Amino acid sequence: MSAVRELARPYVAAFASRFLQMLQYRTAALAGFATQCWWGGIKVMVFAAFYGGTAIAGAGSPMSLEQAITYTWLAQGLLVLLPWLGDPEVAQAVRTGAVAYDRLRPVDAYALWFARSAGWIAARLLPRVALMAAFAAVALPLAGLGAWAWQPPTGVAAGFAFLVSVVLALLLSTSMVMLLNVAMTAALNERGINAVATPVVIVFSGNVLPLALLPDAWQGALLVQPLAGLMDIPARLYFGQLAGWNALGGLALQCVWIVVCVTAGRFAMQRTMRSLQVQGG
Amino acid sequence: MPHIAVDRLLKTYRISERDPGVMGALRGLVQRRYRTVEALSGVSFSLERGELLGFIGPNGAGKSTTIKILAGILRPDGGRVTVDGRDPFADRERHVARIGVVFGQRTQLWWDLPVGDGFDLLRDIYRVDAARYRRTRDELVALLNLERVLDQPVRQLSLGQRMRAEIAAALLHEPDILFLDEPTIGLDAPSKLAVRDFVRRANRERGTTVLLTTHDMHDIEALARRVIIIGHGRVLADSPVEALRAQVMAERRLVVDFAQDAELPAQVDGAKVHSRDGQTLVLDFDPSVTTAPALIARIAGAHAVEDIRLEGLAIEAVIARFYAMHGAAEA
Repeated sequence: MSAVRELARPYVAAFASRFLQMLQYRTAALAGFATQCWWGGIKVMVFAAFYGGTAIAGAGSPMSLEQAITYTWLAQGLLVLLPWLGDPEVAQAVRTGAVAYDRLRPVDAYALWFARSAGWIAARLLPRVALMAAFAAVALPLAGLGAWAWQPPTGVAAGFAFLVSVVLALLLSTSMVMLLNVAMTAALNERGINAVATPVVIVFSGNVLPLALLPDAWQGALLVQPLAGLMDIPARLYFGQLAGWNALGGLALQCVWIVVCVTAGRFAMQRTMRSLQVQGG
Repeated sequence: MPHIAVDRLLKTYRISERDPGVMGALRGLVQRRYRTVEALSGVSFSLERGELLGFIGPNGAGKSTTIKILAGILRPDGGRVTVDGRDPFADRERHVARIGVVFGQRTQLWWDLPVGDGFDLLRDIYRVDAARYRRTRDELVALLNLERVLDQPVRQLSLGQRMRAEIAAALLHEPDILFLDEPTIGLDAPSKLAVRDFVRRANRERGTTVLLTTHDMHDIEALARRVIIIGHGRVLADSPVEALRAQVMAERRLVVDFAQDAELPAQVDGAKVHSRDGQTLVLDFDPSVTTAPALIARIAGAHAVEDIRLEGLAIEAVIARFYAMHGAAEA
């Protein structure tokens, strides 16, 4: 046991240090929260207007209005799980050449970056989820806007599956951020990578629209693609749309994509680091 | 077996080039041009355990490249490196666990973390035993005078404070070998002295093998017994610092201020006129040919003199001449 702890020590420390450091940025968290409330509010009103019309309000709709609204708040709370930016600390290290020091640590370089990036994501995730829940699940009903509130999950099992799925989504998100990190390192700059990643990620994760509301013909492919595991699969578990064996299938799908992304990331990082040239100075 | 052995290292960089201006930029979009620069063309040397070696050379000579290869950060295109019997690349994790590295122009501490938290993180990354870590850290904090900065974020430190913290950070895991790449760059005099004093002690008292690059000749004079001069990717000289100093001593300079109305001599026996400016005459001489007292006596005896100053040629001047002699100055 202590051997395992010793083995994990650098990575746990890197995660904890980054996590605690990010928690300090209260203004950033509040500003992010305010923006997400604003966008969440707009999306909720758009959904209300759509569902108010007759087109998709019928029994054939894959999601009720309440679910679409809850989905919106969930998506806003989980927003930082979307890997649309590489880790800014890695970007800075690449630009300044401080990345050289990361090569000097007697640890697995991929795992060290992974732990740091996971800490970066987790520290932004938790306060935003808590604030969003306080706003949309508690404050809105109190203000008499119960119809626009964040509803609880379908049941205990659904809630538990959702929590497990969010943890997996965190790992999946980190493994994707790692792919961006390695790409930034290879390109020596983060802007192009981030510019490509952002639009792809917000559409295919289900952030813009729940994937269930996209055309039926695409549903199979949309559910299996890796970005669904970041937001859409957790949400489907929350609403009980994936239950029983299907719920396990959803979680397994997340695991498969984590393994794929980590394997690809490790391979790419090894290649990149081999040819990395820290010049000057 | 030497502690560090470097055998005929080769390294070339590929540098992309484009003509300046808009047309150059547009042409660069269509056709990229590259130029190869030979950073190292056959550098060889070796270091015994406990040695302190100074590495000097003009900018772009290959000093940093050599250190990066020794640290295992950069792969050479040819040649072999053995550090403490290990290949830095085949055996990366064990290699880096036993070395400490400071790059004077980059920081290894976390910008937004207090210095002490950064140290704690390094403790865990290097898996240093807690009791041992406390002892080493306290010692480093005392020696490098870091008590007051431990709870300050790194971004708020002055350069001198930061560099002292960087050096402590590189030694928390008690490495056998220390690579210092320009550790005194940009520091004020007290910080330079503190860094030098510390490096000297680490080398003398703990037997740490040190390889240091610098542009400050006073670092070399204060610390190293042996110096390697590198230029254009080659070792130009590998000699004891004493030999270098002997070269410095071979030339002295005498500055003579003559009285207001005195006439300056056209030449002085045993010395070469370097320059004249108003009533001031600057003479170079070799002390093994003419002694300073004899020269002074000769001048003061024949002319009305107000002041005489004796100067040793700065070691910088000797090095600059040495670079020029070997065509080593940066293009």
